[in-house]
Amino acid sequence: MSRKIVTDINEVPTEVIETDLLIIGGGNAGCFSAIEAKKVDPNLRVAVMEKAHISRSGATAAGMDAINTYIPEGKTPEDLVRWSRSQVGGGPIREDLALSNARELNEAVEDLESWGLPILRDEDGNPKYRGKWDISIHGEQLKPIMAEKAIQSGADIYNRVTATSLLMDGDRCVGATGFGIRDGKFYVFRAKATIVSTGGACGLYKSYTSDATSSHHQTWMNPFNVGSGYAIGIRQGAEMTSLEQRWVATRTKDHCGPVDTISVGYKSSIINAKGERILEKHYSHLGGDKAPRYIRANAPMEEWLAGRGPTYADTTDLSPEDAKDLKTDYLNERPSFVLFLASRGQDITKEPIEIYGSDPYLVGGHCQSGYWVDIERMTTIPGLFSAGESAGGTPNKFVGGCATEGKLATRGAIKYMASVSLPDLDSGQVAKEKERVFAPLLRGPEFDGVSPLEMEERMQRLMDEYAGGISQFYRTNEERLDYALKHLKMMESQTQYLYAKDLHDLMSAHEVLDRLVVAEVLVNHLKFRKETRWPGWQTRSDYPELDPNFDCFVESRLNKATGEVEMFTRPYEQVVPGDRYKA
Amino acid sequence: MPPRVDREKCDGCNAQQEPLCEQVCPGDLMALGEDKKAYCRSRRDCWDCMSCTKICPVGAIETRMPYQLGYHVAKLIPMMGTDSITWTCIDINGNVERFRYKNRIEPE
Repeated sequence: MSRKIVTDINEVPTEVIETDLLIIGGGNAGCFSAIEAKKVDPNLRVAVMEKAHISRSGATAAGMDAINTYIPEGKTPEDLVRWSRSQVGGGPIREDLALSNARELNEAVEDLESWGLPILRDEDGNPKYRGKWDISIHGEQLKPIMAEKAIQSGADIYNRVTATSLLMDGDRCVGATGFGIRDGKFYVFRAKATIVSTGGACGLYKSYTSDATSSHHQTWMNPFNVGSGYAIGIRQGAEMTSLEQRWVATRTKDHCGPVDTISVGYKSSIINAKGERILEKHYSHLGGDKAPRYIRANAPMEEWLAGRGPTYADTTDLSPEDAKDLKTDYLNERPSFVLFLASRGQDITKEPIEIYGSDPYLVGGHCQSGYWVDIERMTTIPGLFSAGESAGGTPNKFVGGCATEGKLATRGAIKYMASVSLPDLDSGQVAKEKERVFAPLLRGPEFDGVSPLEMEERMQRLMDEYAGGISQFYRTNEERLDYALKHLKMMESQTQYLYAKDLHDLMSAHEVLDRLVVAEVLVNHLKFRKETRWPGWQTRSDYPELDPNFDCFVESRLNKATGEVEMFTRPYEQVVPGDRYKA
Repeated sequence: MPPRVDREKCDGCNAQQEPLCEQVCPGDLMALGEDKKAYCRSRRDCWDCMSCTKICPVGAIETRMPYQLGYHVAKLIPMMGTDSITWTCIDINGNVERFRYKNRIEPE
């Protein structure tokens, strides 16, 4: 397809689409949202705005080797919430949300199987559990399978259209705008209700392999999930929760592939250079190999810091058959890891797999950063709902939980729609946004400015070194965060110099614009939590201990009048009884 | 982790408006050149998800490990069936390993 380059804003066509429900982001949650909407009401008009192509977009684009939560016989949704709570050190988590996800979780997973997803089963036909809650799948086709269902549902899919802003009617969301990264059109979606399910934010921080020429995106999370879904809400003053709870995970070294595949799936021990089982040796009081997620994530990096690296997942006791099964798992989720092993000429039954920390991500389906939502999944902006990695408060949602939340958000949105009608289109708002969106492209080839890549790399190194990235072993302090804020603001003042050569570049320009917005709010969250609650995920070297005063949610809201990020807290409410620190 | 396009094998998916690799790439990185052959517009930005490599109907795309991360030269070649996938992996020492599994079951 030809890719048009425009030089005049009047040459940019505007396409206005009127719909009932707009879904921004056709990933895991978004596909389930669309399918649910058409199931509840086949006459409902549903539009999906998708930056990539829904057959291979979002966090599950490459495939998946497990569904991390599926409630086994004899266990209850409450048990799952207890486990989830203990995995984040007793919370605080949104137990109301977690419980409502857990109650419908299995159904979403069964939907996937009935659509064609192979779930591995034992001789008796029961799902093959690799850990306490997670089941093995051959999910190479996971995303195409759910995408086909979304297409069949009758929802209108707008592939290669990336969201730029919410369309507002006063304080209410009435749709969103975007632009076609291939057709160059400006899109205006008018919708009674909008669900944002764009996934999390990757690439706020520099990854340690990004210096190498060909591996800028050697990240665990899909690098094309940049946090735009957070940014569009933040700009309109939506309340965000828990951004400081960043997801940092132990990943395969130099490749950043998943490690649960090895350590949970094949019970391989995490060892240091001396062959010591580090979780048993240093963290037995917190559960050893079953310690909370952030402890397991941070432990290998602590070993490096103490001079006891490299660190490994010890696969040397695997049989050749197990080793082959393990590689098959990777081929389902992250096939290039098998290529990586081959490029090292490594036999994993003889040499252990090296592991290391990842760069930090905001992913509300793993940790709990994202929009503050009510039980219907409505954000603090009326008409705007959120699901999946974009919605905050509920860690450990993973594939099944994000799918379920997509359905719940749809039901909330449909309820809301009954009481609203669409206002007239605000053409002033649309014209202003169109100008903002295309500005980097219209600055022309002679413009002496800054490329999206230059600004992205400046931001990523700043965040890495000052806001607790991997080069700093995730540590930060007040002074470094102030430094980060100062320079983020300088970059924000320089976004007027961004230029784009073509539509792909324009997408990159908006990615960095959105990341800057999210990064600033994130740094404010890190500044506010003056304690260390989840070492690795959130480490303050100037406040290394837990502070009971911070046993609450840290919240933020951009004051649109002043441009300042306002910080406050919300109390934790325990819904599921029991010891918060035990599963 | 950049995909490499074999220009002999690539036929630009002939009559299609967009070749399949361009259609699926989650990063908008694959494009069709003026010569009607696919290419990767920004090799550094590839995530290595292998979507393009898996979907190419003529096996023209190879995902290659950057040398900065892995040594010369390993190959991982997928062959898509209707409900299964077969992978052939060749490591830097010439050892060959094959994997085949079902990636789809009959929908209910």
